[in-house]
Amino acid sequence: MTLNLTVSPDFAPDHISGWFIFNTWLQRQLETRVHLELYDCFDKQRADIKAGKYDLVYANPFDASMLVRELGFKALVRPLSKPDETIIATHAESSLTCVEDLAEGAQLVATDDPDVNRIGMIMLEPADLDSANTKLNTVDSYVIVAKHLLNNQADAGFFLKDAYDELSALIRKQMKVLVSSEISVVHHALLVGPEMQQFIPQLQDKLIGMAEDEKGKSVLESMNLLGWEIMTEEETEFMIDLIDTLID
Amino acid sequence: MSEQGSADVREVVIEYFDGTSRTATIIDREVPYPEGKLIVSRTDTKGFITHANQAFVDMSGYSQEELIGKNHYILRHPDMPAVAFAGLWETIEAGNKWHGYVKNLRKDGAYYWVKATVIPNIRNGQVVGYTSVRRKPSRSKIAESEALYATLK
Ligand SMILES: Cc1cc2nc3c(=O)[nH]c(=O)nc-3n(C[C@H](O)[C@H](O)[C@H](O)COP(=O)(O)O)c2cc1C
Repeated sequence: MTLNLTVSPDFAPDHISGWFIFNTWLQRQLETRVHLELYDCFDKQRADIKAGKYDLVYANPFDASMLVRELGFKALVRPLSKPDETIIATHAESSLTCVEDLAEGAQLVATDDPDVNRIGMIMLEPADLDSANTKLNTVDSYVIVAKHLLNNQADAGFFLKDAYDELSALIRKQMKVLVSSEISVVHHALLVGPEMQQFIPQLQDKLIGMAEDEKGKSVLESMNLLGWEIMTEEETEFMIDLIDTLID
Repeated sequence: MSEQGSADVREVVIEYFDGTSRTATIIDREVPYPEGKLIVSRTDTKGFITHANQAFVDMSGYSQEELIGKNHYILRHPDMPAVAFAGLWETIEAGNKWHGYVKNLRKDGAYYWVKATVIPNIRNGQVVGYTSVRRKPSRSKIAESEALYATLK
């Protein structure tokens, strides 16, 4: 038997090798072949997940909703102390000091990360901005989002906070944050497909134990995670309900 | 709030749908929406609060203990027209999502505006409660809502 694992394409490229190390670790723990497939595009990955290609998905919060409510996946664990937060930033020398300073016709730059973009648009609402009265340039990575801001090709950019914090100090110094979300209850989750649910207790056990053993800890470090926390069914439903309120 | 002039402070009797009422001190002072935050609460099917996040506690001025088990009308501001909430209940009881701009009353009598979304929590096909998530509204939407609500009272 082979298990198929995929990971939401929104983590920093530095941690790709970490996910392959995790894959190997998982394989040893379960004594089963695990195949990891990575994507650089959200839509293609979503289509393959919907086609039933995956048993295990490390999903961003918006995809987690779809996986649970539409495809019968169950959340196993969430990453410890790692909520998904969004930053709207601009050039350090921009005259903008808050979101409300942005005007109609503002040029935005972002990746195709669906949750960051949704939260970003919500944080523009106080300025009466939406997708109809702004222009959005979609680029491939957060480094490119930053470049567009530094080159004055955009008024404001959306970042996953984790990705923003991992940009070099030199780049960050040339930007300023207009607003940073503090939602704290919206986060990624590792989910298991409907066919695999008999493995849930075993998987949860192994994942929770990772932070306690040397080998597991180094695997976590390579993925830039501190550990995992159990996600109960009600916690998962609560997060999904919350996300539901953010989608029009 | 000793700096508030007496003209900005009034005592109002608020009557709730269930026949109860209370006399509230209303102060004409807006507390700004906290940047980047979502104010989250959940209720049971009758509107009694079962969960409130930290931003809710901070903005409402009530402690977690004071909020849990209370009817959500504890935040009802007398400037809010009853029809707004009738629309809310009609929408969510039909299983739909409700959006609206709400002026909320804090424990200290001041107020804060939110853009609220309320959805039914459905578990195994049953509505078991409701979740409300509020975000920061624009000044123009607040002005529009103020004008509209004044005509509905
Ligand atoms: C999930 C949920 C959240 C609510 N949040 C508020 C709120 O923030 N402020 C408010 O005045 N009413 C809120 N209500 C509506 C109240 O239940 C109530 O209908 C309203 O305050 C009007 O009070 P009345 O029905 O006694 O006139 C909420 C209801 C639900 C179900």
